[in-house]
Amino acid sequence: MHYAIVDAPLDLAALIAAVRTAASGGLVTFVGYVRETSDDGRPVSGLDYEAHDELALRELRAVGAEASTRFGPARVAIAHRVGSLELGEAAVAIAVAAAHRGVAFDACEYAIDQLKARVPIWKRERYRDGDARWRENAPATPPAS
Amino acid sequence: MTVRIAAFARIGEILRSGTLELSLPGGATAGAAWQSLCASFAQLAPLRASTRLVINGALADDGTPLHDGDELALLPPFGGG
Repeated sequence: MHYAIVDAPLDLAALIAAVRTAASGGLVTFVGYVRETSDDGRPVSGLDYEAHDELALRELRAVGAEASTRFGPARVAIAHRVGSLELGEAAVAIAVAAAHRGVAFDACEYAIDQLKARVPIWKRERYRDGDARWRENAPATPPAS
Repeated sequence: MTVRIAAFARIGEILRSGTLELSLPGGATAGAAWQSLCASFAQLAPLRASTRLVINGALADDGTPLHDGDELALLPPFGGG
């Protein structure tokens, strides 16, 4: 299917096209955007992402492979952006197609949760006051079995 | 021997570069490389417990031996998504 670390705007339509087939009865997408306020309430002007490209792509593929079998057969595509992003831009996009919606919803949620915990990508928040900070994801919680 | 250090996010900022070459005695371990970097960049020392060491793409620990030409990547906690 389709896994990518890219330094250009994400193309959700391409992810959908990569997973959707005549057997797809349901398709779920998740898109994570740069939002205007940080978790601790500071006005944000943008985010910078960097990745260990080789490891990140390998781990994205592993997460996708797990998500595509764990809840039933599904087709999964994941793309994460790197570089400097402005407010409102998409940082991550996931598309999951399956015969029925339940599998697609579950696989999509699994994929984003595991991505945040396991894929070597880092995020630096830039604030409107000129300050900036590296922000870490919360520690992983084990996936529900 | 010489190994290539690949540093990311806050560790890259501490080392003031995403990559650098580090000279070490033959047979040095990943832990010895970390200690050598801490001697030059003191801000690194408190980050050891939260940093993953990866040698040529494979997860390593302090005791993993390094070889001439290896890449040792220093990965702080992730922030993707």
